[in-house]
Amino acid sequence: MTDELMDYDDALALYDPVLGLEVHVELNTNSKMFCGCSTEFGAEPNTQTCPVCLGLPGSLPVVNGKAVESAMRIGLALGCEIAEWCRFARKNYFYPDMTKDFQTSQYDEPIAFDGSVTIEVDGVPYEIPIERAHMEEDAGKLLHVGGATGRIQGAEYSLIDYNRAGVPLIEIVTKPVRGTGYNAPEVAKAYVSFLRDMLRSLGVSDVRMEQGSLRCDANVSLMPKGTHELGTRTETKNVNSLRSISEALRYEIRRQAAILASGGRIIQETRHWHEDGGYTSPGRNKEQAEDYRYFPEPDLVPIAPSREWVEQLRGTLPEMPSVRTKRLQEVWGFTDREFGDILAGSALDLVEATVEAGASPAGARKWWVTELARRANEAGLELSELAITPAQVAALQKLVDAGTINDKLARQVIDGVLAGEGEPDEVVRSRGLAVVSDSGALEAAVDRAIAADPDAAQKIRDGKVQAAGALIGAVMKEMRGQADAAAVRALVLHRLS
Amino acid sequence: MALTPDDVARLAGLARIDLSDAELAHLAPQLDVILESVARVTEVANADVPATSHALPLVNVFRQDVVTPSLPVESVLAMAPHAEDNRFAVPRILGEEA
Repeated sequence: MTDELMDYDDALALYDPVLGLEVHVELNTNSKMFCGCSTEFGAEPNTQTCPVCLGLPGSLPVVNGKAVESAMRIGLALGCEIAEWCRFARKNYFYPDMTKDFQTSQYDEPIAFDGSVTIEVDGVPYEIPIERAHMEEDAGKLLHVGGATGRIQGAEYSLIDYNRAGVPLIEIVTKPVRGTGYNAPEVAKAYVSFLRDMLRSLGVSDVRMEQGSLRCDANVSLMPKGTHELGTRTETKNVNSLRSISEALRYEIRRQAAILASGGRIIQETRHWHEDGGYTSPGRNKEQAEDYRYFPEPDLVPIAPSREWVEQLRGTLPEMPSVRTKRLQEVWGFTDREFGDILAGSALDLVEATVEAGASPAGARKWWVTELARRANEAGLELSELAITPAQVAALQKLVDAGTINDKLARQVIDGVLAGEGEPDEVVRSRGLAVVSDSGALEAAVDRAIAADPDAAQKIRDGKVQAAGALIGAVMKEMRGQADAAAVRALVLHRLS
Repeated sequence: MALTPDDVARLAGLARIDLSDAELAHLAPQLDVILESVARVTEVANADVPATSHALPLVNVFRQDVVTPSLPVESVLAMAPHAEDNRFAVPRILGEEA
């Protein structure tokens, strides 16, 4: 890495970044876009291929209807128009990731176009205009072998798995996104995060960036402040995590600013993000659009969704995640900070399910964002991977509300549930954790505490109620924590009144 | 607007066909004849005649999202010029990121 970089703040003082984001989403259909091969991730190489996805002579593709439906639902969720009539096209190129020597895609007739979504960064809304969402197929996966690591010294070659070739892919392309200023990298990250949540709620994709089912190409160009003509952009690929999106853009902004400020020119090119080193490097030179020699795919007939079909699909759209979070915060009555803890901890679904299972919102929030978050963190697990269900957390909170256990004992109940000892009430029974409600035993313990500390008892009789703490502590110790502190306090004060 | 040997060289490059200068010079006028012949269609087709990309007046031909058997991996790899670890092995494209 030898790029000159300008300080980010200095770069933003001189230039306005303009973003363009291309997001590829693999659909979670059972079968591929144009054939019946499985789309299952992680199968043995080349076990999910057939004459169609290998492009053998004489094979004929047929469109997966479910994939078209998913594409239209994505388009509607992005606020797009749905084409009344559109076609597939062949995008011709020579690269071994496709045996056909073309990718079946859509060119100037996307299934969905002209939408917009609004995202927020630090409470500031940004409108992201959507150019199009079109259908295409994924390509095979290349593994580069060679040089020092190859079996043949110095030989460099590639190994290809075509299982992924033909998996349905939706490409979502923004129009140039202006006016994001200093926040540009964060806006890009928030947009992809928004898409991920939206696609998940639509149920159309696994949206797992680490498995490549959600991929982002980040375009950025700089305009000198006060001007309006778009600069030359670069496209950064291999941006495989949300964090990488903002880091790669920040890097490109700093790199481009240094070139422009020294009188240089930006080369329009594809660049490659290196997550480990935190830098971009030039990639394969992009062939000009016309070099792909697009033409309508003769083997696939046009798609003409009826308006009834479109409206029926519109009716299946779930509540959008941004709307849902606003609604839940309002219904639950949390402050921004309280609710922010839930979102930051990826606990929204869990808290919602716990509330649905009968817990109070405050109770549900308390367990998931503190005690359980800590345990997930210690075990290196996602919160949702903990061996405790929302229903069990709700049951736990109900035991606390009923006075059967206190918060301290509840933590031991959580230990038991996580250790597979059964439902919360079973753990309470088997571990003998219930708060002692036998008033005789409690009263006897209180009497012993009073007798053991006559000074404290006298102070309370004299009206110094704060002295009760010492006696309550003594009782709790004797009851090994299995008493309701409030009940003990009431009993102590009653005895000495 | 006759095609030049340079135009043909560019097309040949995109199609990965290796042509000598003599072949480029020979093919340019031949491709010209083909283009001119096709261009004559536009003389008889008025603006109200839509371009035809498909011979059949069909739309919305879909299949169910159902998995069907794939080819056995042995017969797939039998088509590969070289194979290794159940994958197709091809020369590395120069300038490509590892």
